[in-house]
Amino acid sequence: MNVTDRMIGQLTSGEREAALVICGVTALAGAALGLVGRHDVVAWHGLLILLFAGGFGFLLMTRIGLPEPTGDRGTSYYDDPIKAGITLAMAWAVFGMFMGVWVAAQLAWPDLAFDGGWSTFGRLRPTHTTGVIFGFGGNALIATSFHVVQRTSRARLAGQISPWFVLLGYNLFCLLAVSGYLLGVTQSKEYAEAEWYADLWLVIVWVTYFILYLRTLARRREPHIYVANWYFMAFIVVVAILHIVNNLALPVSWGHAKSYTIWPGVQDAMVQWWYGHNAVAFFLTAGFLGMLYYYLPVRAERPIFSYRLSILSFWGITFFYMWAGSHHLHYTALPHWVQTLGMTFSVMLLVPSWASAGNALLTLNGAWHRVRDDATLRFMMAAAVFYGISTFEGSFLAIRPVNALSHYTDWTVGHVHAGALGWVALITFGSFYTLVPRLWKRERMYSAALVEVHFWLSIAGTLIYVFAMWNSGIIQGLMWRTYTEDGALAYSFVDSLVAMYPYYIARAFGGLLFLIGAIVGCYNMWMTVRAVPEATRRAADEPVAAAVPGE
Amino acid sequence: MIDLDHQAVVAFSKSWGLFYLMGFFLCVVVYAFWPSNRKRFDHAKISILDRDDKPGKSRPWK
Repeated sequence: MNVTDRMIGQLTSGEREAALVICGVTALAGAALGLVGRHDVVAWHGLLILLFAGGFGFLLMTRIGLPEPTGDRGTSYYDDPIKAGITLAMAWAVFGMFMGVWVAAQLAWPDLAFDGGWSTFGRLRPTHTTGVIFGFGGNALIATSFHVVQRTSRARLAGQISPWFVLLGYNLFCLLAVSGYLLGVTQSKEYAEAEWYADLWLVIVWVTYFILYLRTLARRREPHIYVANWYFMAFIVVVAILHIVNNLALPVSWGHAKSYTIWPGVQDAMVQWWYGHNAVAFFLTAGFLGMLYYYLPVRAERPIFSYRLSILSFWGITFFYMWAGSHHLHYTALPHWVQTLGMTFSVMLLVPSWASAGNALLTLNGAWHRVRDDATLRFMMAAAVFYGISTFEGSFLAIRPVNALSHYTDWTVGHVHAGALGWVALITFGSFYTLVPRLWKRERMYSAALVEVHFWLSIAGTLIYVFAMWNSGIIQGLMWRTYTEDGALAYSFVDSLVAMYPYYIARAFGGLLFLIGAIVGCYNMWMTVRAVPEATRRAADEPVAAAVPGE
Repeated sequence: MIDLDHQAVVAFSKSWGLFYLMGFFLCVVVYAFWPSNRKRFDHAKISILDRDDKPGKSRPWK
């Protein structure tokens, strides 16, 4: 019996039929989009939706006659979608990081675009950002949130099909986005490049995710909702709000990929960076703090240092971040007081950010020998350190006069990667190395040495990347503001570009090390599932049959 | 109709914006440090370390 058989075998025949109907409706919607838009590039996306939904429909149809699941499913956790989510996250990591190395190399050696329209820097760069943020990060968040909410609530996910709909529907969105960039489809909004039809689809997926999460929490057998869930909830709720408001747009027609935003001029800029910065806050921070507050204590086998502090920093982050976005628009047409507001809140953000980073490190206090011996725990420790460093840097860069030097330079790129590689990716790898043996019920990871190799490749890659960009960014910033005695600019833009050359090579090399680390991680996880013997089942691992009355 | 021009909105957000955030901050501090919440927080922080990997069967607090 293969994996697909086993996963579909978990569904009752009624659920299989319902899933088939969802696939059918989605495939029809794809076909309709393709037909209405047959004279436009959107036709390719109609075809993609049709094939994606049709493919899953086919899988279901060929297995519709499998035997019904036996036993009470409510007495076990629903782990199949989590396993699929981890697999997808790692696949997207390799894709997204490879695209990152490619575009980084293009900056040093422009010939690597190979004269193709689809392979120009402008089209490839968003495949990197979407691939790593939404493909890798998003799948990791969905997978770990499904795990954390079940374990902390001691309740099974409140649905059999909806977790699959969320996971696969989300991946359809990512595919639409990435393939669209190569075809030249983009809204030209950073981190919100996907066009209107993909955005509408994501709204349906995301609302399902939200309802699923709430319903699972409502089933909980614990009196208190553990703080990690608060972070995951903030991630889900705020991303929904941000996504809808920033993507309010009118398409040219139903059969046309292009749309126009309803926000005019400087309001558009403000809405975009309110979205953009809160995407950093609630996509790349809140959800990953959810991981930190669960997997770090679990791996260290020590409770979080201060639960109260985690509550205070949760509300601090939630309410301060909302106001920080305007620091992306210093010295623009945005009213001065709004810029000042963004700057002030960005500086205040340091308090709750360091509260979380400190809370994580103090949890490890007294277990440093385990951090030394266990590379998985060290991944999470390093993530907390990078979180502390990059939030400090972020607050600093948001100060208007500092921003005058740093904005539009590689310093910003270095800052983003200190956060994305050092914090987001490291906490994810640490969580996955904790999660994979537990989920597949293996005694341990296939190779502790390879986890160690992955850790050091990641650290070396991140440091090379960030130091290269610090150097490059500050040189750029200084060259752009150096005047001659006559008051003219001392350097042309091309002069600054030539000065960047060695740093661009170093950056591509750092990224390559990080990519190799991720590939090593994939191999290690694959071999863990394939080759490591099953852990002996603990007596307590047998779920209890009785269900709560009324469910 | 109330005249809601730019100046009025700015004045409102510059004054009440501060008060509601301060008020909210106080509420959160009170919640975090309320003595009777200590027990549930202490329970929550230990509960995730429980090794038994299965859904619960009852709602012990009811």
